[in-house]
Amino acid sequence: MTDAPAPASAWSRGLRALALLAVDPTGLRGLTLRARCGPVRQVFEEAITRLPMTQRRIHPEISDTQLFGGPDIAATLAEGRLVLDPGLAETPALLILPMAERAAPGLAARLGQILDAARGHGLILLDEGIDSDEQAPSGLRDRLAFDVDLDDIRWPEAIARLPAPGDIDAARARLAHVTASSDDLTTLTALAARFGIDSLRAPSLALRAARAIAALNGHDALSADDLREAAELVYPTRATMLPQDEDDEAPPEPPAPEDTSDQPTDASDTDGAMDIPDELLIEAVRALLPPSLLDRIAEGRSTRGGASGAGAGARRKGNRRGRPLPARPGHPDGRSRIDVVATLRAAAPWQAVRRRQRPDAPQKVIIHPSDIHLRRFEDRSDRLLVFTVDASGSAALARLAEAKGAVELLLVQAYARRDQVALVAFRGTGAEVLLPPTRSLVQAKRRLAAMPGGGGTPLAAGLVAAALLAEQSRGRGLSPALALLTDGRANVALDGRGDRAQATQDAEMIARQLFAQGFPGVVIDTATRPGDAPAALAARMGARYLALPRADAARISTAVSTALDG
Amino acid sequence: MTAAFPFSAIVGQEQMKLAMILTAIEPRLGGVLVFGDRGTGKSTAVRSLAALLPPITAIKGCPVNAATAADCPDWAGITTTDTIERPTPVIDLPLGVTEDRVTGALDIERALTQGEKAFQPGLLARANRGYLYIDEVNLLEDHIVDLLLDVAQSGENVVEREGLSIRHPARFVLVGSGNPEEGELRPQLLDRFGLSVEVTSPTDIDERIEVIRRRDAFDMTPDAFLAAWQDKDAAIRDRILSARATLDSTEAGDAILRDCAKLCVALGADGLRGELTLLRAARALAAYEGADTVSRDHLRAVAPLALSHRLRRDPLDEAGSGARVARCVADVLG
Repeated sequence: MTDAPAPASAWSRGLRALALLAVDPTGLRGLTLRARCGPVRQVFEEAITRLPMTQRRIHPEISDTQLFGGPDIAATLAEGRLVLDPGLAETPALLILPMAERAAPGLAARLGQILDAARGHGLILLDEGIDSDEQAPSGLRDRLAFDVDLDDIRWPEAIARLPAPGDIDAARARLAHVTASSDDLTTLTALAARFGIDSLRAPSLALRAARAIAALNGHDALSADDLREAAELVYPTRATMLPQDEDDEAPPEPPAPEDTSDQPTDASDTDGAMDIPDELLIEAVRALLPPSLLDRIAEGRSTRGGASGAGAGARRKGNRRGRPLPARPGHPDGRSRIDVVATLRAAAPWQAVRRRQRPDAPQKVIIHPSDIHLRRFEDRSDRLLVFTVDASGSAALARLAEAKGAVELLLVQAYARRDQVALVAFRGTGAEVLLPPTRSLVQAKRRLAAMPGGGGTPLAAGLVAAALLAEQSRGRGLSPALALLTDGRANVALDGRGDRAQATQDAEMIARQLFAQGFPGVVIDTATRPGDAPAALAARMGARYLALPRADAARISTAVSTALDG
Repeated sequence: MTAAFPFSAIVGQEQMKLAMILTAIEPRLGGVLVFGDRGTGKSTAVRSLAALLPPITAIKGCPVNAATAADCPDWAGITTTDTIERPTPVIDLPLGVTEDRVTGALDIERALTQGEKAFQPGLLARANRGYLYIDEVNLLEDHIVDLLLDVAQSGENVVEREGLSIRHPARFVLVGSGNPEEGELRPQLLDRFGLSVEVTSPTDIDERIEVIRRRDAFDMTPDAFLAAWQDKDAAIRDRILSARATLDSTEAGDAILRDCAKLCVALGADGLRGELTLLRAARALAAYEGADTVSRDHLRAVAPLALSHRLRRDPLDEAGSGARVARCVADVLG
């Protein structure tokens, strides 16, 4: 075999994915497109509209009636008999979901159901998330074959060339006759295992992709190039680790928290030559791994999983539960309940007029869609506790361990208390979100397994990170509260310089901003001798101040609960 | 809806398959909870369960699948006593479902267009005498969970709203699946599930290849694949049926009861539900294997399924609850 050709650019891979999707929408399910609004994305979206498939654009707040069908209220009222509107789930189409990063878990679950029913639906997620914490629902992304990132594509490159519709039809016809050999299957599965891809959907999708590629190329059997291209399209964004070399005696166990199994050793222990995927294939996929993945592997963290933080908790609901509010006119969408009394009351004054207009109407009461009133309720949203922990200096390890314990203790009661927990740690020159907002004890345990400590105290940076996280979660309908664990001795300024005076000034400034944003908070002084600095900081933040010099996990969790409830 | 993947063709995942079979033999066990990562075949297994269940006899047109005309609720207005055979219902409860869809509600269309007060039965009515499947059960909203807990406890769905006063039987087996990384399950709901299973992706490369092979065959030539596995599915269904027949005559001696109690005490499982489920699961397994009496081996096999979700959770304990049960079983049963 010759050398592997240079990997295609993200743009041409994206177009290729589109063409394949048109060939086999049922098998490949769809693609995730990660791109901000702009000319490049526009060109790509135009290419999507040129695919020879029925397309329906949906939105993150789409109702059940629209998805699964239900009564068409306007027509029902006009005709005086039940008129049903078929839902999107009935007719196979390519569904396009913009703002996919804001899709609620409920919608993701429903779309997953529609895809699993295999009626010929495809799904394109347009993900406009800005940072890696904002992502389309991972349950959906796992089901879709392709993941295209167009953020780095320059405009001149963006030329939409797709196969002619005739070619796609020919490929569709050929698809059923493309045979995959047992070796092809083995190669793709083993390759996925080497990259630490746990989900078995990945090799399954790669196989379907390889088939579609062969069909599009006019072959009846899979060639090595088809396999390589399929692997390049499906695997890179799913990888959680770099493959180990075969003769590496003691492969350093990648501390990827999601990877609970000992797959890498499994893969390299197998002696059979047929199980070892072609080195060329490995190189091809390795060349396409997103740079962020390499960084995270270097830091010892997993690449996937952050997306699931997108909010397991209930949002503030307007029309289902809680304290009742007066009914408002609105359109029944299958999620809200009609207030029958209010609807009739709204219709009553007009009955005489309407009867005169339509004397032959069969109904006893003539109701127009505009009369319909919906129930509304006011509900309390979930609370999010953002633990912001000083991981600097010598006390760092103990303090982090106690904060971790407190997070886990709080999570145990989280369900009953409707709390979510996040953890931000700051040390050295910056801060990072160690645990995105979650209610899952399992996720917390996996992500908190290794926490680095030591270095300077960039207090301001920590507060900035916490404020950002709090602001983001407020946008998702949570009520954030901050718990800051520090000794208050800031010595690294916002710009990363070790300047004590500047650092204190910066921290005070951010604290004032936090006060303005109105997040409730508590500052826990963990210094052995409680000082003035943390108390002053708490005053600026408008937060409570607690001195807990030898705080342990249980005391921190109790203190935080009481301080914020009181 | 296309045909489900055949149950017998699922590769590995023995614990999950065992739990499904036990719940099919003994519905009173209280259902199965399957927790695991994405892409491990959780939903596939649940959906294939439907094909294993023997059909039920129900009054024709009855919204709650009642067995006799006397059991039909009045509001349904069923006059016939004809019965038909229908598959055991396996009803999907989608996430984000409204209370109205679950319990049933005033039939808005009829109310608005004809001015009639009629009841539109919900998912609970359809699930009566069958199975209620909740995918991503840990993401289910609180008020729906409250509602399910209440109905699961009483076996009756009571709707008192919008001038309606309706009640109908709602006895169903809960089957749930979810990914623990996305959220915890409320302890009260956890307790309602008789058996729980944790599934992981197979780590053996050959097993993984076999999974892909079968899935691929199913996707490409579904008819041939279903035909090839039909007999094996039928064999399992027959064993389930004969196990149901012998279930009541399968004996559990005092020694076994004592073992059940000892296990639960040693594990500190809350309440007596643990003992009861353990015993019923062991008996179902004995019946499935054609044994006359329940033995310690049966107990040993079902203990992790019946008990691992009933332990007091210790957040600072790194080992999983499965490991704790296994340790305890080894201690108590030797």
